[in-house]
Amino acid sequence: MRVELDEPKCVASGQCVLAAPEVFDQRDEDGIAFLLDETPGADSLDGVREAVAVCPAAAIRLAER
Amino acid sequence: MADTLVPDFPMPRAARCPFDPPPALKELQQQAPLVKVRQWDGSESWLVTRYADQRALLGDPRVSADPDRPGYPTKASPAAGEGKLSFIMMDDPEHARLRRMVTAPFAVKRVEALRPAVQRIVDGLIDDLLAGPNPADLVETFALPIPSLVICELLGVPYADHAFFQDHTKTMVHRDATPEQRGQASREVAAYLAGLIGERVTRPQEDLLSGIAGRVIAGELTHQQATEMALLLLIAGHETTANMIALGTLALLQHPDQLALLRESDDPRFIAGAVEELLRYLHITHLGRRRAVTEDIEIGGQVVKAGEGLIMVNEIGNRDPEVFADPDRLDLTRDARRHVAFGFGVHQCLGQPLARMELQVVYGTLYRRIPTLRPACALEDVPFKHDAFIYGVHELPVAW
Repeated sequence: MRVELDEPKCVASGQCVLAAPEVFDQRDEDGIAFLLDETPGADSLDGVREAVAVCPAAAIRLAER
Repeated sequence: MADTLVPDFPMPRAARCPFDPPPALKELQQQAPLVKVRQWDGSESWLVTRYADQRALLGDPRVSADPDRPGYPTKASPAAGEGKLSFIMMDDPEHARLRRMVTAPFAVKRVEALRPAVQRIVDGLIDDLLAGPNPADLVETFALPIPSLVICELLGVPYADHAFFQDHTKTMVHRDATPEQRGQASREVAAYLAGLIGERVTRPQEDLLSGIAGRVIAGELTHQQATEMALLLLIAGHETTANMIALGTLALLQHPDQLALLRESDDPRFIAGAVEELLRYLHITHLGRRRAVTEDIEIGGQVVKAGEGLIMVNEIGNRDPEVFADPDRLDLTRDARRHVAFGFGVHQCLGQPLARMELQVVYGTLYRRIPTLRPACALEDVPFKHDAFIYGVHELPVAW
């Protein structure tokens, strides 16, 4: 799978980090999310799906292949 | 006249079900996704009853959080002191500019680093509670001091000023305080915070106020804006967290099987899940999220027009049977993470990682350290905050 993050939309709620900490982290300077892994393995699928669902800014997209 | 069919909002809760949304609200949710309701000032707005529509509208750029927009449903008359609170009542791009100035300290990892300090605060207050009179009021002795002390820690309020800070923040939310006394306490806290920001401008430290002071130095914020922002962070995190602590404890005491699960678990993941379920089940922002529509939007088979108001009561969104099975049951084992207790869209609570961590420490500690904790009065004698902006209890007499 491929994860896309629309950074300008991010509102730093931190919910993606809670849902999939191996895929998402937050910048030190403003808490805006960034990707640790753009193509995580299947183990991360549930966590990334949850992150997509809970992101309040609809900033995360998941392309499953 | 058709007018008489428009229900009043807010609606009363059922006397015997203080943890459930008002029955009339649940009925409206079953009837229609959008319903016109009438408020205190006679104005009519759309009540959005369902989870999916609430999320869609809160995330829609065609709605505005600015109370000066036509149609915005204000919660109360300006005399009640609601005020215009910094960026939470602004729209993007100015909202995003200001919000991003204070998001860093609330990042998940930064908040996690505060956990030992919060644990010390909670343990210290439980020591004091156990050493004091029994029964005691859990709101005064425990629920209100926790967020106040945590905010001191976060903002960087010196220890010597904690008593002043606690005293005044308590007055700001106390039911026996007159509007004048609340206003006075709020102004004194604001003046105090303005002074601290001034000190940090000349002598920066490693705290949130120094971060805000840095923006003043850079010319990105006026001193006034900086003070409003600090006051917002205080207000947003104080009464809300305190009410979740007290109301959550009362709800658990009424559900002994659920309380037992929490008391007997030392699994941080279970405790974190329990916090999400209590946030879903209790939902203290009972007056709903308010917005004004700026362009016509079609939703739920209805067109809401520019200049109309929206009230999203996330409390009933969190009880939507389309999303949560058996929604009126408190079930600490369910996956409740998709709740909208912190709102949705760009205004979703920025302090949510901190609120979660505080509640995890509280719920994970209090009942284990005081396993015999019990209510010291009947449920019908507990004074609930039906009229307040934030729902909860004024007092919670407990014994052990």
